[in-house]
Amino acid sequence: MITAERKPLDEIIDYIKPFSRILLVGCNECVTVCAAGGRKEVGLLSSALQMAFMKEGKVLDVKELTLERQCDPEYVEELVPLIDQVDAVVSMACGCGVQEVAKRFKEKPVFPAVNTKFMGASERQGVWAERCQGCGDCVLGMTGGICPVARCSKRLLNGPCGGSSNGKCEINPEVDCAWQLIWDRLKSLGIEKTYEEIVPAKDWRTSRDGGPRKIIREDLA
Amino acid sequence: MDTFEPVIVAFCCHYCAYTAADMAGTMRYSYPPNVYIIRVPCSGKVDALHIMKAFQKGADGVYVAGCLEGDCHFKTGNIKAAHMVAYLKGLLDEIGIGAERLEMFTMSAGMGERFARIATDFTERIRKLGPNPAKAGSDKTDKVAVG
Ligand code: SF4
Repeated sequence: MITAERKPLDEIIDYIKPFSRILLVGCNECVTVCAAGGRKEVGLLSSALQMAFMKEGKVLDVKELTLERQCDPEYVEELVPLIDQVDAVVSMACGCGVQEVAKRFKEKPVFPAVNTKFMGASERQGVWAERCQGCGDCVLGMTGGICPVARCSKRLLNGPCGGSSNGKCEINPEVDCAWQLIWDRLKSLGIEKTYEEIVPAKDWRTSRDGGPRKIIREDLA
Repeated sequence: MDTFEPVIVAFCCHYCAYTAADMAGTMRYSYPPNVYIIRVPCSGKVDALHIMKAFQKGADGVYVAGCLEGDCHFKTGNIKAAHMVAYLKGLLDEIGIGAERLEMFTMSAGMGERFARIATDFTERIRKLGPNPAKAGSDKTDKVAVG
């Protein structure tokens, strides 16, 4: 999932200070799962913002709506009946959702309420960790299903650096060394030989280095 | 300020704190009438939104009272409630309402005296803090139903 974290209240309040009617839009997908911008977080932020305004003797009118998905135009369309009743929109979706809303309603200011962080997985209740960087040319088949691009601090592709010690990465003793994990996994699968194969320099053009990316499925488009 | 009578909302777990309140009555311990008790099946059932709405609608202080650690009828409801309360304290600080207006307490069903003492002490704490700074203004939230 795409993970996110709510921005500090001060920053959100700064955005909406000039307005008295806002539409607070959540998203039912990734940000709901990582407890950053689903229906519940919309309710909490709405309440917090209203109280922050009340404290200053002002009234903030908040309309709350959580869309099934904010990154799809069909769902963003559900905001149409409400948009004229507000001065600005605050989105609790990831950056994709914020931009979809901004694209659809050109005349309304749209502000993000969360910081979009990374593509990750839940390690346990309340803990999410980075797992994928969307490099566009997946190497997991060679690395025992553990990603050196997302999980090795140096994105090394041919084994560990000299900083790997006791299974931990040199950047932080709390961080597992991705290459230790990869080696352990290859060994348990009995395919250590894979490790001997030299991986040539990665072509990063499939990643962000090639500029903004797009997928076109001709059969669907 | 002398005439300020705080409004305190206490979310009390049915199995422990609510029964302790009953016990306080039976034992003739008095506690301030400022405390409005809301009985919940478990302290873990109290939602963050219930607490925020209580403040938004004018409560000066809120507390959640659950069972002693290890004694929750639903195993870990009280621990979850304590985590949620800690998180909300941060949020209340961020918006300038103040973390000290919210608290989590634990007690057993037999602790009538503790219930009365907590109710009294917490009421005094909030009396000293003064009214909820967000008290002016009104709830202007509209929920929009879709789909
Ligand atoms: S210690 Fe391991 S994870 Fe850290 S940079 Fe070196 S190889 Fe990568």
